[in-house]
Amino acid sequence: MDLTLKVWRQKNREAAGAMVTYPVKGISPDMSFLEMLDVLNEDLLRRGEDPIAFDHDCREGICGMCSLYINGRPHGPERGTTTCQLHMRHFNDGDTISIEPWRAAAFPVHKDLVVDRSAFDRIQQAGGYISVNTGGVPDANAIPIGKSIADKAFDAATCIGCGACVAACKNSSAMLFVSAKVSQLAMLPQGKTERKTRAENMVSQMDVEGFGACSNTGACAAECPVGISLENIAILNREYLSAKATSEHVA
Amino acid sequence: MNWFTKTFSSTIGRKIIMSITGLFLCSFLVVHLAGNLTLFYKDGGEAFNIYSHFMANNMLIRIMEIVLVLGFVFHIYDAVVLTRRNKAARPVGYYNSHPEQNSTWSSRNMGLLGTVILVFLLVHLWNFFVPARFGELEGVPNADYLNLYSEVVLAFKNPIYVALYVIAMVALAYHLIHGFQSAFQSLGLNHKKYTPFIQKFGYAFSVLICLGFAAIPLYFFFFV
Amino acid sequence: MILDSKIPEGPLAEKWDKHKFNVKLVNPANKRKYDIIVVGTGLAGASAAATLGELGYNVKAFCFQDSPRRAHSIAAQGGINAAKNYQNDGDSIFRLFYDTIKGGDYRAREANVYRLAQVSVNIIDQCVAQGVPFAREYGGLLANRSFGGAQVSRTFYARGQTGQQLLLGAYSALNRQIAYGKVKMYPRTEMLDLVMVDGKARGIVVRNLITGKIESHSAHAVVLATGGYGNVFFLSTNAMGSNATAAWRAHKKGALFANPCFTQIHPTCIPVSGDYQSKLTLMSESLRNDGRVWVPKTVEIAQRLRKGEITVNDIKEEDRDYYLERKYPAFGNLVPRDVASRNAKLVCDEGRGVGSSGLAVFLDFADAIKRDGQATVAAKYGNLFEMYEKITDENPYERPMRIYPAVHYTMGGLWVDYNLMTNIPGLYATGECNFSDHGANRLGASALMQGLADGYFVIPYTIGDYLAQNPTTKVTTDHPAFKEAEQAVIAKNNQLLSINGTRTVDDFHKALGLLMWDYCGMARTAEGLQFAKQEIRKLRDEFWRDVKVVGVNEELNITLEKANRVADFLELGELMVDDALHRNESCGGHFREEYQTPENEALRDDENFAYVAAWEFTGVGNEPVLHKEELKFENVKLTQRSYK
Repeated sequence: MDLTLKVWRQKNREAAGAMVTYPVKGISPDMSFLEMLDVLNEDLLRRGEDPIAFDHDCREGICGMCSLYINGRPHGPERGTTTCQLHMRHFNDGDTISIEPWRAAAFPVHKDLVVDRSAFDRIQQAGGYISVNTGGVPDANAIPIGKSIADKAFDAATCIGCGACVAACKNSSAMLFVSAKVSQLAMLPQGKTERKTRAENMVSQMDVEGFGACSNTGACAAECPVGISLENIAILNREYLSAKATSEHVA
Repeated sequence: MNWFTKTFSSTIGRKIIMSITGLFLCSFLVVHLAGNLTLFYKDGGEAFNIYSHFMANNMLIRIMEIVLVLGFVFHIYDAVVLTRRNKAARPVGYYNSHPEQNSTWSSRNMGLLGTVILVFLLVHLWNFFVPARFGELEGVPNADYLNLYSEVVLAFKNPIYVALYVIAMVALAYHLIHGFQSAFQSLGLNHKKYTPFIQKFGYAFSVLICLGFAAIPLYFFFFV
Repeated sequence: MILDSKIPEGPLAEKWDKHKFNVKLVNPANKRKYDIIVVGTGLAGASAAATLGELGYNVKAFCFQDSPRRAHSIAAQGGINAAKNYQNDGDSIFRLFYDTIKGGDYRAREANVYRLAQVSVNIIDQCVAQGVPFAREYGGLLANRSFGGAQVSRTFYARGQTGQQLLLGAYSALNRQIAYGKVKMYPRTEMLDLVMVDGKARGIVVRNLITGKIESHSAHAVVLATGGYGNVFFLSTNAMGSNATAAWRAHKKGALFANPCFTQIHPTCIPVSGDYQSKLTLMSESLRNDGRVWVPKTVEIAQRLRKGEITVNDIKEEDRDYYLERKYPAFGNLVPRDVASRNAKLVCDEGRGVGSSGLAVFLDFADAIKRDGQATVAAKYGNLFEMYEKITDENPYERPMRIYPAVHYTMGGLWVDYNLMTNIPGLYATGECNFSDHGANRLGASALMQGLADGYFVIPYTIGDYLAQNPTTKVTTDHPAFKEAEQAVIAKNNQLLSINGTRTVDDFHKALGLLMWDYCGMARTAEGLQFAKQEIRKLRDEFWRDVKVVGVNEELNITLEKANRVADFLELGELMVDDALHRNESCGGHFREEYQTPENEALRDDENFAYVAAWEFTGVGNEPVLHKEELKFENVKLTQRSYK
């Protein structure tokens, strides 16, 4: 396959960026999208040009590092797929493909297609945990959890933190990401102890980071590579509202 | 800021206000439409004029009127604040974006739809509410109420008004199609058992209410 | 140098408890006066950093990824072992210990492995308390499954994403300490050297991967939890960024590297599809619980299949060779990884392999689907089947998967004593980064167990013992040792940037990977290894003459990052070959063709090789010095592993 790529190039955080066109030739349909970029980067290197920086690591769809906005969609046109698991067989010979970084004020561009998602970490640090120290915990089977609850909590827990939800949302809202953790822990008995402070603090940090509000467009869930459900956002809203109404934090 | 203002100035808090006011405004639509249906009585406007007289003079209605205004104000104010925040959350846009592949047009254009509705609302108030409320209407012979009905007949003979009303009702329908079910989601009311019903009901509600409203100008334009 | 493993005296089952009592403790008020550096935030690193923070130490944690949550532990699929015996099927701490020692082909330390089995039960409790959503039964209690190499169901799992859930649990504990200010996190920061002051590890030199800035950090102890070195092979199931640089540079500063040739080749990976391939994808070993491995019975049928004259469904039942079930009736498809991998290679070498390259075997679910229904199979393996279909465009519900072994895990690593301290005082290695618990072959679902055991339950005790014996005095990063290390790092980067040759870093990496796979992979010979050694040296020389690294240091420079890592792989590769060459026996993942039983099984030489080979660095291109730590087996009898 021969393709034309339009790729966002930006030297660093401060520099202005632009879309740059690169032709690529001889792409196999069995290649992954990132392997196609590897091929381009090897060519660029041989020509002495700066290769395109993009985030990637596990290349099996679980680490959440890859983050490309391909042809107007986060992680490209395939549903339920990370960029690294997107294969070139979903494109046609002669296609022009646009590749951009996630766009959000809270995700500034480091370079080219690499963005800074540390805002996500700070939100998790605000309360995405159960406060137990190592040791001194009860036997694992002392806390029975119904299978359906465990499965549902698991569904929320599969979030890979890639940020596609933010990239897809017209408001750059991080609600799906935040809700996945809040609802996972709110559903489990272990997490109920801190559910109020968790919801309050994580939402507060989310707002501090400059993410937009949720318009319930559903774009986030539609683009989520691991299928985090919109129901989690409703759970977050509920958790937040009841926390604010009943917690003892008056400040 | 205390906890209360903090809560309702957070993104979620503002969405909660949007949804509560939105649902309240939906209830207003029901009452308003129910009253307006008296226009279809072939009694020369008597029922309608009695209804409008009641609405203009009843104490409870006058109080609710203030609540209604507040509902609009909060709904619009939070919409503006959130829209500005949302725009700021993405200072650099995409070169190539295909949101139509992951979300509905109405859900992404609530602000635009709302603005159309707002423009309509102002015109609508100017047409009917202001004259009715501030006594610029003619009286009805042998009755202690005023003749808003004649005002309606007059207005809806104007094709520009009729067009504006119909367009506004289409916008309102789309606004509600997303807004109705979205309000439940914002309030955290999402459940396997009930959400499918809420979504279907919301769709039917939006279409029927707006058809009802749009039928009035069309009826007067073509049949009266 | 005499290697002192510091194994406590006394009966096996009492060693750890006794040791915990004997170690010195740091006064709670003094803990805040000690700084600890943890490099790597996978299971071993994140759990250690969080726990040390909870104890009150000042922790600085480093990872090269953009977030600690992305460490490659996240990709572990199958599960985590624990001797809970929840299933009442005869499991016990001793059995887990025994299985692990036997599975490791008797090349691991008894005391370490027993401790691992002991704390395994605490890990599950800890993870559940953190909110890790393990699979459960309808009654609400935890579910288990059996896993390769074990005859009891002791594996806890969270669908096919156990590593992810455990890591996110450790990440949440880490986040909590970051929020409390007890851990300072440095993401996108790569360790490039270890700094020693007065013979003790006192800090590290790092490169900020965004700005390129070279910085130093000092501490009272350094913990390396930087994972394995499987990416020496270029193609492996490791993440693209997984590298050996931190461990290797510590090795060059004097830390011994143990059993480097012990690499695990995982039997169930998606086969290579072309030379552009950047990595291999693992399919969880749990698939072998229900999938049946086979190849065509004859070379002729295999050839016709490869040419596309027939399809897999045309092959009649009697023309299929379920070779694992045939050769190992007791364990069948559940034989340990090394055995399963080697047998796949054997049948492919015979010409009975499938797929266009002939380097693949079938993993067939037709019987399982017939027996349990598609829905049940989908509930167990749905996400794996989906992943397979995404990559290969083939539906495994309709036709068997094609699999082939791939490099997956490295049992070798920095030599550590019972306290997980390397021979450099104050330098610790945990998780896959050390060599300690898996011997010559790791059992499935044991990597997660070891990483978390080290981080949550071992190092928090043992590091205190060391710190209690050392003053709280800090060294500043202005110390000449730091300046010297920084200068060396800068010089190395400048050198890489100035070569401006013609071959790319990946080019060299691929060439190295091919050499390692062909000569130091699933089957090794003295002759091949000698050849590989020479070739690696040539390749390394060429690298330093002809590599092309563009850009400057003071920016996000992906080529420079890779060049540093590959430069280290080119040295480590040679050590692996040296180790494989010296070990004149076959054991676990190390299979020397010269040493095999008539049935092609690994033939150990316990008389001469029941030791840990710990290598000392003596300079690039110089022969490393071998130090032996004899392995004493007092609680298990060394037998020829048999899974028949």
